[in-house]
Amino acid sequence: MRDIAVIASAQIPSERRSDLSEIEMVQKVVTGAIEKSGIDRRAFDFWCSGSADMLCGRPFSFVSALDAIGAWPPIRESHVEMDGAWALYEAWLKLQSDPGLHCAIVYCFGQSSLGPVPDILATQLDPYYETPLWPDSISVAAIQARALLDGGRYTERDFAEVAVENRRRGKSNPNAQLTGDFSIEEAMSGPYISSPLRKHYCPPLSDGACAIVIASREKVDELGFAAPAWIRGFDHRVEAQSLGVRDLTSSASTQLAGRRAGARGDSLDVAELHAPFAHQELILREALELGGSVSVNPSGGALAANPIMVAGLLRICEAAGAIHRGEAKRALGHATSGPALQQNLVCVMEAN
Amino acid sequence: MAELCAVIGVGQTKHAAIRGDVSIPGLLREAAFRALEDAGITFADIDAVILGTAPDQFEGIMMPELFLADALGAVGKPILRVHTAGSVGGSTANVAASYIESGLYDRVLTLAFEKQSESNAMWALSPKYPFQPPITSGAGGYFAPLIRAYMRASGAPDHIGCKVAYKDRVHALKNPYAHLHIEDISIEKVKASPMLWEPVRYLESCPSSDGCAALVLAREEVADRHSGPKAWVWATEMRSEPMQFAGRNQVLPQAGSDCAKSLYKKAGITNPQAEIDVAEIYVPFSWFEPMWLENLHLCEPGEGWKLTDNDETTFGGRLPVNPSGGVLSTNPIGASGMIRYAEGALQVRGMAGDRQVDGAKVALGHAYGGGSQFFSMWIVGSDKPS
Repeated sequence: MRDIAVIASAQIPSERRSDLSEIEMVQKVVTGAIEKSGIDRRAFDFWCSGSADMLCGRPFSFVSALDAIGAWPPIRESHVEMDGAWALYEAWLKLQSDPGLHCAIVYCFGQSSLGPVPDILATQLDPYYETPLWPDSISVAAIQARALLDGGRYTERDFAEVAVENRRRGKSNPNAQLTGDFSIEEAMSGPYISSPLRKHYCPPLSDGACAIVIASREKVDELGFAAPAWIRGFDHRVEAQSLGVRDLTSSASTQLAGRRAGARGDSLDVAELHAPFAHQELILREALELGGSVSVNPSGGALAANPIMVAGLLRICEAAGAIHRGEAKRALGHATSGPALQQNLVCVMEAN
Repeated sequence: MAELCAVIGVGQTKHAAIRGDVSIPGLLREAAFRALEDAGITFADIDAVILGTAPDQFEGIMMPELFLADALGAVGKPILRVHTAGSVGGSTANVAASYIESGLYDRVLTLAFEKQSESNAMWALSPKYPFQPPITSGAGGYFAPLIRAYMRASGAPDHIGCKVAYKDRVHALKNPYAHLHIEDISIEKVKASPMLWEPVRYLESCPSSDGCAALVLAREEVADRHSGPKAWVWATEMRSEPMQFAGRNQVLPQAGSDCAKSLYKKAGITNPQAEIDVAEIYVPFSWFEPMWLENLHLCEPGEGWKLTDNDETTFGGRLPVNPSGGVLSTNPIGASGMIRYAEGALQVRGMAGDRQVDGAKVALGHAYGGGSQFFSMWIVGSDKPS
């Protein structure tokens, strides 16, 4: 495996409703990441992006994004209809596959303000048997939360602790959206959105974007970059979608991806977990066997800011940032997709 | 490349306007099983699945790879979903090839599909964009002015489009998987068909199809152990450029030209006109055959239409183009690019049946999308790249 490192990232503050268009958001984060990397815009060997057309109800959102990134002369470019974390995986593999390629930029964008996201996500389900019933994404997550409570290992208080802790940590993240000092009692007395999920256990609706730059060892040396976050393990796995055929109280795909990426949960300094719903963090902590010394979601995680199609790559940006700033030697970024943690990705990074 | 990649299995559905006999998972499994059977393996041998399809608006299913994961045998494996507009079938195969070329995967299954009978492409392609002029003309209306510009610049005579349409439909009669089998096709019949978008007639346009293509790709060491014929991937390439800006050449886009040049260089091809034996090119409207021949440097500038006119792009000609019948005979949008790639692989494997080009050793697969702005290509050969 070739040595590839995250050397720069950029994001814009998540907001309930951004005044920026998708194109303007992309322009800001791509320009920001390129400037931080010190690489000339025309020197990028590969560009890859992640977004989802159904959010804004029009096809080809990524086509307009090309206007924002300066794709002239023509660029080597691809797009996944997924969270940007998977675009990063594609870019990382592209650099693995061709020793002649040395740097890539990955970006993603998503606006939850353009439509009713929980209902739109119902169109991810089986189109013949499930979508016609329009089970919204919060109700699907609530089925998982209920299964977790029924399993007896956790109580609602555990959900509340996760939510309160993430919002508290998010206070130090200038890009977070929903932060503050809430009490456990406050969280546990909030209104139900879909029982047993109360308002505090659900993520905010966010508009946002981020971009990330990866480079080969040769490029890192050439740039003289001081604190690269070397990607030491990278894997993603999917499960069957139907809620009836898998154990909703565990995450087999996270566990497998974590093992294949060499996560070793007790050796991490920081783990950024993409858990949009509070109970999902509990499932992910178990799947990755995180030790007590691991700092989980110092950014506040998806409970503090959840730009759709972005929140996964944001976790990797935040984990890499901890290494760039010298706050962590070994950090993990996780992304999820699909109903009730169906698909999961793990990226393990280390300092020099 | 860190690792060589070979195509060891090819499968496609019987394409049709309405495949009402199968669901979407059923359609994909028809192609997948054919590809796996061709490769002599099962889902259990596959390490990753790469899926491509055009906008989610078409079928109204958001990120369909999620609900398709178990139907495609992907449970416990990586699944990735590519979407690069009309070029997606090609770029999906390119991404799948990079999984193999990275050295991290032994065998990858890649598929691309569209089930147009369960979707509404015209509706999905005609939304109102804020701050942009509406393009409510559909794809044909978008591309017709580019064709007129080509005719004017090249001096091509009016009948070239009809000739391409006739030729590809004759080719399709040799392809049992093709959607359109127009037994009584003739130049006169094409000419007599209704004019849709001047100069594009009804029979010069692609159909609307249900269909899926699937490929099994393998790492060199694994492919070497495989007994069947292989198509070795000599090179893959992609290029994109913005849709609209002053001075952009939309007829012969620089992205397409750059992509082809880089592709040939990577493949070690110095004279594409002489070294490529067969080309499967994305031609959704007849006139795009001569246009892409020029953009792909498969003829001299301005000469594309002469190749078509002199019967050089059919069996026995200098460069048979779309022996499968092409997009003009089969168009499940998201799959159309991968069908080009798959047909090229079949040709160099000597497995193209009645549509086999004699002695084909090197094939070009090509796809494009958006406003002629996204390009994906690959070169496959009977032998390993030298």
